Amino acid sequence: MERVRLATTWFGGCSGCHMSFLDLDEWIVDLTAKVDYVYGPLVDTKEYPEGVDVVLIEGAICNTEHVEMAHRIRQRTKTVVSFGDCAVTSNVVGMRNPLGGPEVVLNRAYVELADVNPGIPVAPGILPPLLDRAVPVHQVIPVDHFLPGCPPCPERIRMLLESLLGAGAAPTGRLIKFG
Amino acid sequence: MAVRTLTIDSKQVSAEEGTTILGAARDAGISIPTLCHLDGIYDVGACRMCLVELAGSPRLLPACTTMVAEGMDVRTQSDRLRRYRRMILELLFAERNHVCAACVSNGHCELQTMAYSQGMDHVRFAYQSPLLEVDLTHASFGMDHNRCILCTRCVRVCWHIEGAGTKNVSGRGTHARIISDLNQPWGMSETCSACGKCIQACPTGALFRRGMTAGEMERDRTRLEFLVNAREKKQWNV
Repeated sequence: MERVRLATTWFGGCSGCHMSFLDLDEWIVDLTAKVDYVYGPLVDTKEYPEGVDVVLIEGAICNTEHVEMAHRIRQRTKTVVSFGDCAVTSNVVGMRNPLGGPEVVLNRAYVELADVNPGIPVAPGILPPLLDRAVPVHQVIPVDHFLPGCPPCPERIRMLLESLLGAGAAPTGRLIKFG
Repeated sequence: MAVRTLTIDSKQVSAEEGTTILGAARDAGISIPTLCHLDGIYDVGACRMCLVELAGSPRLLPACTTMVAEGMDVRTQSDRLRRYRRMILELLFAERNHVCAACVSNGHCELQTMAYSQGMDHVRFAYQSPLLEVDLTHASFGMDHNRCILCTRCVRVCWHIEGAGTKNVSGRGTHARIISDLNQPWGMSETCSACGKCIQACPTGALFRRGMTAGEMERDRTRLEFLVNAREKKQWNV
């Protein structure tokens, strides 16, 4: 059997979903027998590769770099999974949305609450500008499966991965849990 | 009392005249999803979760406010109904700011539970992200409009069980809000009896008892100081 090319990535999130992924414990050993983990924060690949079978995307789309990366992922990946509440709903990172554009939160964080050197950091080409709103992944690219949860528990991550590695469709009903 | 016979999901059912389709279905062991319905108070058909199909009617009808009639043929489950119920839920989630991970009702929320049961794993509509208020002026209770779905359970228990008439709805459409008295801060309400029935009725975390969140753990250390002083200075007669 051909090995499945698995990637994970991380946009506007806290890494909690990846921590939950690591909580799969020894099952990760079983997983590595079936997949090549080709890209993600757990390995040192710099470029998102071509021909990825499954990607788990953690986090909401918050800045222009996320948008570009999301499109690149969609072009190079068969099955895209929104992984966790931030990817599915924008969740906590989307709590800035009602306040208006990014200036309000940047000002709060870097000017109003600054102890020293108040000022909004500007570094063109290094710091990607924030979008007006943090949005769920499926508002930017088509998403094939949704695995909500803050974070999704390891059992549900495993259920989804097992169904994606096998022939069957994802057991969506049992995978739903927000918060 | 006259008895009416009807069919619900191909099952012959009899119910007293004046019974709702929802009541008749539940008596027959047929479950219909609801959000604004609350046992013990009258129904208003606000949430539309309980929409059912009625043979001969092009319209979908809310089971909670439609009375049974002789010979009715009701369907409570169909692809069309499931599609609409999920759409209603998605619209409720998109309309205000429901952030389960940051909500006092996470795990105890009827909106959340309903989303699970109806298979809502994401929201297809754009989140509206309105800027809404949190009213923390009442000494015992709080109201977070971000989490309100306008089911009006709080209004109905306030008027028809407590009889205080504090809670009301102002505005229309997306401007609709639950208000206290004449749209003033809850803490300034002269009619609220602080009975807490609205807190018990709310399906989400919109109405909550204060002092339940981490940031509200205000402590009164002077009580400890008072006790130690009293003990050391032997102000008590044992």
